[in-house]
Amino acid sequence: MRDFAALYRALDSTTSTRARRAALAAYFSRAMPADAAWAVYFLCGSRPRQAVPVKVLRAIAAERAQVPEWLFEESYQAVGDLAETIALLLPPAAGTAASLPLHVWVEQRLLKLRGTAPEALAPLLNGWWDELDAHERFVWNKLITGGFRVGVSRQLVVQGVSEASGLPSQVVAERLAGDWRPDAGAWLRLVERDEGTVPPGRPYPFFLAHALPGPVESLGERGQWAAEWKWDGIRAQVVRRNGETFLWSRGEELVTPRFPEVAAAVGALPDGCVLDGELVAWRDGRVAPFALLQQRIGRTKLSAAVLARAPVAYIAYDLLEHAGADLRTRPFSERRALLEAVVGRLDGPVVSVSPLVEAATWHDLARLREDARARSVEGLMLKRIDSAYGIGRTRSSPAGEWWKWKLDPLSIDAVLVYAQRGHGRRASLYTDYTFALWHEGALVPFAKAYSGLSDAEIAKVDACIRQHTVEKFGPVRSVTPTLVCEIGFEGIAHSPRHKSGIAVRFPRILRLREDKRVEDADTLGQLRALAATLS
Amino acid sequence: MAVLELRPAGLYCPAGDFYIDPWRPVERAVLTHAHADHARRGHARYLAQRDALGVLRARLGPVSIDAAGYGEVTTIGAARVSLHPAGHVLGSSQVRVEVAGETWVVTGDYKLDADPTCTAFEPVRAHVLITESTFGLPIYRWAPPARLFAEIDDWWRGNAAAGRPSVVYAYAFGKAQRILAGVDASIGPIVCHGAVEVLNRCYREAGVRLPATLTVQGTARSADRAALAGALVVAPPSAQSTPWLRRFPDASDAFASGWMQLRGARRRRSVDRGFVMSDHADWPGLLRAIEASGAACVYATHGYAAALSRYLCDRGLDARTFDTREFDAQYTGEQDAAAPAELPAPGEDARPTEAVADA
Repeated sequence: MRDFAALYRALDSTTSTRARRAALAAYFSRAMPADAAWAVYFLCGSRPRQAVPVKVLRAIAAERAQVPEWLFEESYQAVGDLAETIALLLPPAAGTAASLPLHVWVEQRLLKLRGTAPEALAPLLNGWWDELDAHERFVWNKLITGGFRVGVSRQLVVQGVSEASGLPSQVVAERLAGDWRPDAGAWLRLVERDEGTVPPGRPYPFFLAHALPGPVESLGERGQWAAEWKWDGIRAQVVRRNGETFLWSRGEELVTPRFPEVAAAVGALPDGCVLDGELVAWRDGRVAPFALLQQRIGRTKLSAAVLARAPVAYIAYDLLEHAGADLRTRPFSERRALLEAVVGRLDGPVVSVSPLVEAATWHDLARLREDARARSVEGLMLKRIDSAYGIGRTRSSPAGEWWKWKLDPLSIDAVLVYAQRGHGRRASLYTDYTFALWHEGALVPFAKAYSGLSDAEIAKVDACIRQHTVEKFGPVRSVTPTLVCEIGFEGIAHSPRHKSGIAVRFPRILRLREDKRVEDADTLGQLRALAATLS
Repeated sequence: MAVLELRPAGLYCPAGDFYIDPWRPVERAVLTHAHADHARRGHARYLAQRDALGVLRARLGPVSIDAAGYGEVTTIGAARVSLHPAGHVLGSSQVRVEVAGETWVVTGDYKLDADPTCTAFEPVRAHVLITESTFGLPIYRWAPPARLFAEIDDWWRGNAAAGRPSVVYAYAFGKAQRILAGVDASIGPIVCHGAVEVLNRCYREAGVRLPATLTVQGTARSADRAALAGALVVAPPSAQSTPWLRRFPDASDAFASGWMQLRGARRRRSVDRGFVMSDHADWPGLLRAIEASGAACVYATHGYAAALSRYLCDRGLDARTFDTREFDAQYTGEQDAAAPAELPAPGEDARPTEAVADA
């Protein structure tokens, strides 16, 4: 437990990917196999079912800390994290000299908590807390509350294991894909040296586009560029080799089992073939909004009902390998022609080629882009017809070959009326805001927004909120309307569940409008008018 | 009539016609200490503790300051006023005001932990106590200073062994000197930012022993520069991400503040390390100080005043809060953000007036 807590601290106290990878590698090199297996389990975001109901845990901790319930709540509001609040409130303990290994803490303690009689919980938890120092308690509490998260991507865990084991990261990623059973055997199989076998499913690194920085005309001649819709889905490579199918997401996570209909459809592709494209929600013969795809993403078990409700299709836009040959250095136009030939042989709507958007001039193209929202796409992709398929977004990819030309968000000027404290990095700051628009002389709340401000701006808004608080209800403060912000969003829909009758998608703060008075903020009528122009 | 009351300009004593740490210009101000959020410019006449004079003179310029030693009684109108050690920074005081046999004590900012750079806090008996409550929640508990400094020394030693400078951000007045006096100066050279060095001078003149410190002007030669790889660099928070730091390439950085107790605040600061080091009382310290005062009535002010006073009420005291909204509007919001008001990066010749309130 001590080593695992130290790993958590190392990961948490740096934002450097290199340092985090090194910390992971060092941990995996030292850890017992069973401990390493559990570490992989937690770091990849898995969690056992909640061990102790939050209410019970709070009560036990408050009792132990001799803090009344209201003061526990005040403390929690300041900290913004239950596991940390408990760790800070418990009476000091230095921790014992000997610390049990992680797998013992998990298998013989954590997993046994579920189903323990409530009256037996307090003595168990208190005794275990006594064995730990403040930081170890924090990590342990995170495991109990099921809130263990340290901002490490699965990819980084893969790299850490790869560095510790000396295995290529693709091998680790492939072996790690699917269900992970956290036991010593699974860890040993993960890091087993298996010389000579090249993983058949290995994808190519993804080539990424930059956002178009200036006017589109600056790209030069229209004819040198291919335009495609920028699909609102999940970027993915289809790998067909040795008669097997692999579907990789951009995080180089193997997602084949999650999209069985796509896996089945691309099974007809010839061997030695790799496609790059987008997984999208697909309904009534066209792309459906991302929200539908989201219903599929988080699920590990796909019922027939889910598959029917949220069907998925694959839109291919590049061919990276054909007949076993790497095509990435060939010009885009050539790859594209082959892609059309290869995918054209498939039958059915589940796999298609992303059509080229035909427009003679930049001006015509810009006008087509205006319709993007109605097509459920994010904008346009512009690719030089002679561009190679590069690697990543930096260095080796010559900036200027692929551009994404996204839509400007919809926006409206609204008034901040409620504020709530944030969590984690933003704990104890007022960072979660509710915004309102004018309607018949009153301000009607219409959206919550959490992001978009810099730390300096948050500090400013936070101070302003404290100064203008009218009322507090629990963690929420209502404030005298003084601040106007420009709120951006991606879509508008009617919603009987909202007081305003309207729901907006992905609301975020575009900027503070310190130049605007509260009276000058926009009205609900203006938002409705905006909705009308879109439907 | 109350001995002290809250007026728009600050805490006022009608019997003596003076204010304590007023935030608007007044005729007569009694100061608890020389941090800029307590010692404002513009008052006609000041009373402060003798050790605070050096810093006050540097900050306020040629104004009329009456100096008093700890425990000396000054009679102002019908009030007997005396200053008592608060243990916060050099010359920090609690203000005891006695009118017609009734005693009120204003703690100002204070801490109970040992600190070799200032006189240790002494409890003062009072009928009514006005206490600060910056860290008035039980989540704030400080480790013993010995453990804290061992942690800082380990960090510095580790960096020095790896040939990296150790930059610690700390408020120029008080916190910085406490670090200097507390670390193991045998580990390597210590470099101070100009804004810190000016205050070091005030401390040394007041007789506080600090280890030898360098400034970057004193290290112009390349031979000196090479030695800086293992140095401890003490700089105000405003120096973070300024060109001044380019002199210390590949440095590990840290921030020393009570707010570093919370993981969220540490992450917001985006430094390698957060040392939990405060010159304010922690929760147990507040409770001990309040109990030692024997006061039956307590006002809490600044920070988590509502939580502290409610807790005291639960324990049978008559406790309330002072609504110091005008003051707090300027300071607490930023304190919560673990970024107390500090003016833009002072240059090498910065005057200590630019070093502001600590946390």
